[in-house]
Amino acid sequence: MSDVILEDSGVPVHLAATNNRKWAIGFTLSVIIIFAFYQYVYTSLPGEVQNFFRAWLPLTSLGEAMIFVLMALGLNIVVGYAGLLDLGYVAFWALGGYVAGWLMSGFFDSKTINFGGHPPVGLPNGIHINFWLVLIIGGMFTAVWGVIIGAPTLRLKSDYLALVTLGFGEIIPQFFVNGENVGGLNLTNGTQGITPIDDITVFGHAFGVFDLQWKFLIYSALAGLMIILSLRLRDGRLGRAWLAIREDELAASMMGVPLMRTKLSSYAVGATAGGVGGVAFATLINGVFAERFNFAISIIILAMVVLGGMGNVWGVMIGAVILSWINSTGLVQFGNVVNGALGTNINFPSFNFLIFGLLLVMMMLFRREGFIPEARTRVIMHETTDHQGAH
Amino acid sequence: MTSTAIGVRKRIQINTILVRLSIFLIGLGVFSWLGVNLVRGPADFVTVAIQGLNNGALYALIALGYTLVYGIIELINFAHGDLFMLGAVFSASLLSERLHAVTSTPANWGLLIMTLILAMAFCAALNVSIERVAYRRLREAPKLAPLITAVGMSFILQFVGLHWVGSAPKNFNTVIPTTSMNVAGVTIRYSTLMIFALTIPLLLLMVFVVNKTRQGKAMRAVAQDKDAARLMGVNVNKTISFTFALGGAMAGAAGLMYEQTVGTVSYNLGFQLGLIAFTSAVMGGIGNLYGAVLGGLLIGLIQGLNDGLPIGLGQRWSQSVVFGILILLMVYRPAGLLGKATTEKV
Repeated sequence: MSDVILEDSGVPVHLAATNNRKWAIGFTLSVIIIFAFYQYVYTSLPGEVQNFFRAWLPLTSLGEAMIFVLMALGLNIVVGYAGLLDLGYVAFWALGGYVAGWLMSGFFDSKTINFGGHPPVGLPNGIHINFWLVLIIGGMFTAVWGVIIGAPTLRLKSDYLALVTLGFGEIIPQFFVNGENVGGLNLTNGTQGITPIDDITVFGHAFGVFDLQWKFLIYSALAGLMIILSLRLRDGRLGRAWLAIREDELAASMMGVPLMRTKLSSYAVGATAGGVGGVAFATLINGVFAERFNFAISIIILAMVVLGGMGNVWGVMIGAVILSWINSTGLVQFGNVVNGALGTNINFPSFNFLIFGLLLVMMMLFRREGFIPEARTRVIMHETTDHQGAH
Repeated sequence: MTSTAIGVRKRIQINTILVRLSIFLIGLGVFSWLGVNLVRGPADFVTVAIQGLNNGALYALIALGYTLVYGIIELINFAHGDLFMLGAVFSASLLSERLHAVTSTPANWGLLIMTLILAMAFCAALNVSIERVAYRRLREAPKLAPLITAVGMSFILQFVGLHWVGSAPKNFNTVIPTTSMNVAGVTIRYSTLMIFALTIPLLLLMVFVVNKTRQGKAMRAVAQDKDAARLMGVNVNKTISFTFALGGAMAGAAGLMYEQTVGTVSYNLGFQLGLIAFTSAVMGGIGNLYGAVLGGLLIGLIQGLNDGLPIGLGQRWSQSVVFGILILLMVYRPAGLLGKATTEKV
């Protein structure tokens, strides 16, 4: 056991590097193939084949999957790297979404600000800022919120922390639901949400509602960036400090790791990813709707992290793609097929609760380290607390 | 040497002053809010307060389940709120749908008591089996594992509830009358009286079991030190199961009372109420029985006042108020009102 811990991830360093390279090539190739397929092949296919792909592999759900990869990797930094359970991750998603809603739409129509944005034709009112700039602003905004939420709460024990994050995850979406009248000011448009959101522009090209394959490419690039960031951070000084805290807080602080600062930075990085994901998601569904930001989303993202293997970037990526697809498309389509074949009328999407609940329980009972674990995580997740028996 | 020591002490003092000042300001705000409302309409104030205490009694019953389980295995049982929801759904489908007890007749009162006992047994059995299937295997695992399992369990129970009552809230006629009486301008619903008539004996029974019986002694021993308790001949697994049964029974009783006073059940009821109840448990000091009851009543009171008073944030901010309290508590007094501050054990 001890040699596994000493060796950073259980495999020799050069092996880990080639492993990463294989995964990276695989990820890039799949993205390019999917993009090329939808850009060049799809339109020339016969109608039935097109219908099949539209039903089972729509571009919206692919784009959504990439955004979930981004957000799951963000949560992975908090839960997988630093070992802090965050049950309110949806709050950052919502905050990012509303940054896009505020800065990329005609919502504040008393002002007319256009900073490299792409307002709809004939509707110049409102604040229209360039998508890429909004991504950065959204990321920074949520990072600040991550620190605001983290600063008073990170002193708490792990299970209390989970509860407080859950509390924030409830308060912030409730603020957005009720935000159409905050001291007489309409900040969020309540349950109606803010729509439409401006197009994404790349070098003067605008990608609107129907340029989904391009949007998919952009979201994949964001997810890819997050993958690189996660891998680089993990091997760096900060990443090693996170892992040390996850494994033994006391020992880490004895070794000179500043606990608060390190935990806060994990919160900030995780929150940034959530915010960027929120901005991206707003452009995908062309709006921000307060009621979409519910507790179930926090749990689904957590399940993505758990399924693939906490702490392992590639595992989390695969987990996010699979669960996001099941959630958005797979379950409904599968239900249609079963109901059509058997003549039944079962409401398959309602099985969401069962699937995600069972998944979490089964994974924790039988394969705590996830399906694609790191050797290091496996050791930790099977460590018993026997030596701490004096509770 | 000396100068650094003084410097450190000074910083701590400024921190304490800031904390005290903010507590004072928050307290001042709350009291002036209460004062203004009390002066504007004393009778309304008392009516709203009693309604708040009515909910508070339910929160107290649910909070007991959290506090018992946390006290013994240091696990926040996220699924507990959904257990309460299933208790409410069970009572609704048995009492109102199967037995058609929808009016306030003596025979129906008998059925109500019977359902109360059955709902308690149902939730107790369910809670024990959840512990047996999921939590027991993870007792020695890192803390993240049982927490995530509990969240998963909560989802599974919600699924059961969803398929039992459907996705929309369902209304039922109740045995407990919905009428109210008027005492000096203060409106008191009969159901509130019934809640207290049922809750107080249950709480007393609970305190008796934990403090006076042999099984209760075993519970306290296991909570203090599992290994030592085992060496003294206490059956640890059985004791933990008993604790889950006790907590489940309280949730079942709360479920029936909720269904009978509110008259509406829905599958996602447990999530919100569970969180409120957990806040109550933390407020009172988690692991402390009296603390859970005190916290439940206080939270119920605060929520009732906020929702019902003319000058207040109103019902739509209700959740935010409760979680705001939770966060403030965690920041200023994580040990709760009655709890003792402990350092984290290593």
